[in-house]
Amino acid sequence: MIVVENVYYKYPNGVEALKGVSFTIQDGEFVAIMGENGAGKTTLIKHFNGLLKPSRGRVLVDGVDTRNVSVAQLSRKVGIVFQNPDSQLFCGTVEEEIAYALKNFGFDGESIKRRVDWALHLLDLERYRNRSPFTLSGGEKKRVALASVLAWDPDILVLDEPTIGQDFRQKERLRQFILQLNAQGKTIIIVTHDVEFVADCTPSPRVILMAGGRIVADGRAERILTDLKFVREASIIPPQISQVFMALSDLGFPRDVINVYEARKILLSRIERR
Amino acid sequence: MSVFEGFVFTYGTSAIHRLDPRVKLLYAFSIMILSLIFSSLIIQVLLFLIQIPIVFSAGVGRRWFKTMRGCLMIAIIIFASNLIARWLNSGYKLSLDFFEISFAMTFRFVALVASFSIFSLTTSPDDLSLAMEQMRVPYWFCFAFTTAIRLMPTLARDAQAIMDAQKSRGLELEKGNFIKRIRNYVPILIPLIVSAIRRSFELAEAMESKAWGANVKRTSMKKLKFKFSDYITLFLILFSLVLGFYVNWFIKIPKISSLMKLI
Repeated sequence: MIVVENVYYKYPNGVEALKGVSFTIQDGEFVAIMGENGAGKTTLIKHFNGLLKPSRGRVLVDGVDTRNVSVAQLSRKVGIVFQNPDSQLFCGTVEEEIAYALKNFGFDGESIKRRVDWALHLLDLERYRNRSPFTLSGGEKKRVALASVLAWDPDILVLDEPTIGQDFRQKERLRQFILQLNAQGKTIIIVTHDVEFVADCTPSPRVILMAGGRIVADGRAERILTDLKFVREASIIPPQISQVFMALSDLGFPRDVINVYEARKILLSRIERR
Repeated sequence: MSVFEGFVFTYGTSAIHRLDPRVKLLYAFSIMILSLIFSSLIIQVLLFLIQIPIVFSAGVGRRWFKTMRGCLMIAIIIFASNLIARWLNSGYKLSLDFFEISFAMTFRFVALVASFSIFSLTTSPDDLSLAMEQMRVPYWFCFAFTTAIRLMPTLARDAQAIMDAQKSRGLELEKGNFIKRIRNYVPILIPLIVSAIRRSFELAEAMESKAWGANVKRTSMKKLKFKFSDYITLFLILFSLVLGFYVNWFIKIPKISSLMKLI
């Protein structure tokens, strides 16, 4: 469980990136933190494993104030996968890359081997086991980065912009993967401005919408992403499906549909009634 | 990283900002020459103090001060190593002279950093490149130089992102003995070097696609020209240089320790 209490954060250069942010993320939740560039999303998630400590307010991870423990201790619980895989890959092979964090966290040789095999299998990376991560494509590197964090099985998984630079099929696989992990009880937090990606997740996530270092809205995706006031404030646009349904609202269609499958169901039932 | 803050140009409109970059470069080098030819503590402190009004008239005091504070550690090392070396050389004796000489060496370093910090704080890389071009430095060199300056903040940002990523994977930089601590930096240095090399290739491609070097004889839209204020500053700098050489050769500057005895 992550509790964020009235957190302010000011960078050393004087920019105030967070201006009083409060919320609670329960165990097993699926949360999408959304908002325009520079809204403070990445600054916020860096508080979850203590990379940044609040200038004011506090962050509690499973009841522990992040100021009192090291980043390494917190990371064991909160695994963050950063946006750019190039900022973490440094080993000779994909296998070593995945094992690196496990060694840091003090796993023994046998379980390191087992966990590396598991993570490679999970992300379909077995054939790259002995390849240098630098020779992989952008999407594959992102998967290696994800595998290297999943390997230590953190309770809370945080993904920063996981969809950037991924083609449609990779995104679809990523979505299934995230939903599957969440169904198994893992807390998932994604940071993204990919509205369509969030809209097509079933069950739909909770959306925390940010703008200018503050939280603009917090609630189920159907409600937040179809509210024009919120959406405008955070400089994003509603999902395509909901734009269609908004245009059809004078025909008696609901306004809060964001998901393709649900849209299909509603449209079919209307046609059948005719 | 605060040491570098005083070397990053930000736009400004003060009289110092508007001076010709060549004059400012001459200023920085003159301070360097003067502080190198003198070994007297009084002069070194003076060379440092005369720069403070310049900093404030340029309105860059806060960042300049950050750099000065950042180089405090190096200054202490210089002071200590000088003092210890003299102490060892003289057969484990300490005298007031040694302190004075060590202080002079330290202030020499501080004065140098101060002057070059003023130069970089108030001179845009573009102006510097223009100045070098007009001083007939080959264009490829000017370009490489300004690019290096421009990429510094980018590199610092990269380094921060890499440190964040590796710390999130359980890397603890301050853990272990001396050798282990150095080894801890491997996971940071490799991605940093790889990204710097990749960036340089990308830059090369971008330059080639913009036909860099297609025209051997380059002309520039902006030409640097000395203004009245530049001539005055130039005169002042040259005068101080000549005065400095004169004083150095013909006038004996007292030591602070001997002055204190007089009192």
